[in-house]
Amino acid sequence: MFDILSRIRRVGSLSEPLPSPDTDTELTAIQRELHAVFGRALCIRHVDAGSCNGCELEIHALSNPYYNLEGAGIRFVASPRHADLLLVTGPVSVNMEDALRQTYEAMPEPKWVLAVGDCGACGGVFNTNYAVRGPISEVIPVDAVVNGCPPSPLAILRGLVYITRHLDRPRP
Amino acid sequence: MWPDFLDSESVPLRSNVAGCRVLADAHHWTAAADALREAGASLLSLWGSDDRDVDRCFRIRAAYLLPDRVLVIEHAMPAERAVYPSLVPGFPVADRMQRAVHDLLGIRADGGDTRPWLRHGGWPEKVFPLRRDVSSAQTYPIVSVPYPFVPVIGEGVHEVAVGPVHAGVIEPGRFHISVVGEKALRLEERLGYTHKGVAKRFESFAQRDGHRLAARVSGDSTVAFGWAYCAALESITATTLSPRAVALRALALERERIANHLGDLGAIGNDAGFGFGLTQFSSLKEQLLRHNSEVFGQRYLFDFVVPGGVACDLSVRAIPTLLDKIAMLERAVHELRSIYANHEGLQDRFLGAGRLTPDQAQTLGAIGLAARASGIARDLRVDQPWTPYDNLAPVLATRTEGDVAARVQLRFDETLESLRLCRQLLDTLPQGELCAEPPMAPAGQLGLGLIEGWRGPVMVALETGPEGRIRRCHPHDPSWQNWPLIEVALLGNIVPDFPLINKSFNLSYSGHDG
Repeated sequence: MFDILSRIRRVGSLSEPLPSPDTDTELTAIQRELHAVFGRALCIRHVDAGSCNGCELEIHALSNPYYNLEGAGIRFVASPRHADLLLVTGPVSVNMEDALRQTYEAMPEPKWVLAVGDCGACGGVFNTNYAVRGPISEVIPVDAVVNGCPPSPLAILRGLVYITRHLDRPRP
Repeated sequence: MWPDFLDSESVPLRSNVAGCRVLADAHHWTAAADALREAGASLLSLWGSDDRDVDRCFRIRAAYLLPDRVLVIEHAMPAERAVYPSLVPGFPVADRMQRAVHDLLGIRADGGDTRPWLRHGGWPEKVFPLRRDVSSAQTYPIVSVPYPFVPVIGEGVHEVAVGPVHAGVIEPGRFHISVVGEKALRLEERLGYTHKGVAKRFESFAQRDGHRLAARVSGDSTVAFGWAYCAALESITATTLSPRAVALRALALERERIANHLGDLGAIGNDAGFGFGLTQFSSLKEQLLRHNSEVFGQRYLFDFVVPGGVACDLSVRAIPTLLDKIAMLERAVHELRSIYANHEGLQDRFLGAGRLTPDQAQTLGAIGLAARASGIARDLRVDQPWTPYDNLAPVLATRTEGDVAARVQLRFDETLESLRLCRQLLDTLPQGELCAEPPMAPAGQLGLGLIEGWRGPVMVALETGPEGRIRRCHPHDPSWQNWPLIEVALLGNIVPDFPLINKSFNLSYSGHDG
């Protein structure tokens, strides 16, 4: 136990500072904006609709101490019934098309969809073929996309902010 | 007994490791499998091609891994009778690969499971999308067909079914666990949800661009797949890389191994209720990725490996910082290893959980990290070192217990060894150009790239077409071999240990589904 406590003391807090108007880096600005809109209560359901798993690695990174996602009140939840926002990766594979649609339909209104990664945004290197439907918007309505292959954790956070800014706008 | 034809009828294989090709009729196909099984070979991959435009035949190829070389056995079948002898009797691991070959090409093995594997109803039963007369642009409506899971009946048996969408941030797959009381009686996996028709897609890529698609077969192994693709192309074109380019590739591959092992060590700890482990290891991983980004401009090194070399250089100024960070990581990993080892609660969950005995691993054809944790001492970097591993002399890590604890220990060993290799590479980084332009390959050549990624051997088989096109490209992730291991390792364990056991293997869905 002593060695665990000792390491915790030595490593200290790695989280990039929580929102404060004085220390405004891009990350803290994003965190503050998310906080203002959601009041520490944005619940995200993630669905991998066929990605190469590169985007999943960066979504995982959001939960490490540096990005302090939970500190900003954003949580990944285990069921679409608990979610405000659906975070979808991948070009939609035909084998995931039904599961993606069902997950979307299971979410309560109001709900938003953020497509993460080049594949989710436009199909990426996989394009469209017998096994791939292409971008997420081919299957469910998408509110915003985050480009990148894979997008950095910061880029995904920017995508979340974009959605918060456009919450009131009707879906195209 | 080793049959003569395996030597007398073999021709050299173009590859970054030693190997040969043998053309076999149906009888020799089976005889070769028997002999290779006896010689202790593992089945590395199985893939088919539609060559009806060339010689009115379908072709099936099996790549076997011997301790000192690779053997590719090729068998051609007339289009009218597209059946080949099943490899399942000697190599049970062939079963799902045979099903996948049938789903995509319509050539069938004469034994084994006949249920579809990659086809979930997204294309019609009589359409075989990898055939050359099926357009790559053709799409089909979904006709969902229920999958006949093997039923388990008996008093007190009930079923826990999960997926394809899981509770966390995970790739999709379906698991049916038959349970008695708390214990798992049987697990059946169903995969293929992320099938993206990668093999068909390769056919619309130019050889010089194919590495971009290969790098996205399984994103967590992007360097390994990128390198395997490039190694296949460079073997065909006899392109020699500068010593600097190969050293930088190895540096990238080892950093990929370290990043994934650090992530897994944290996640496995977390699945056993030790949040401290996740916090610590995910921080170390983030530091490594941020440093990758500073030095290479990329956190995960996508498209760093390109045909003929690498995409960007390492500045002289970055080396001392890289070495400092390596020393910091070494200290931290040693310290955390001691904390893991001395934590009774954690070890109580790790020890004996998800055990795969060396016998089971051997019979099932385990490969890579999971095999090394069950006493199979094979690592391509050690057994068949390609440049620059021939000069690096990596030390093989292996365990015999085959449980979660063994797979954790192995990751600690391999992380420390990879950190040592990184230091060695940086200390001796040679000069040289970054990238040579590989000449255009002639049509009809087969090349094979084989790289020991962090999960195990990653293979890319590349067949060239005319005018710099790709005729056929088959990427193979070691998850094919290792997914069935979890079905065995879970038996007799309690259901709540499934996430822990699954994470201790951490296999790729996308790499498997293709």
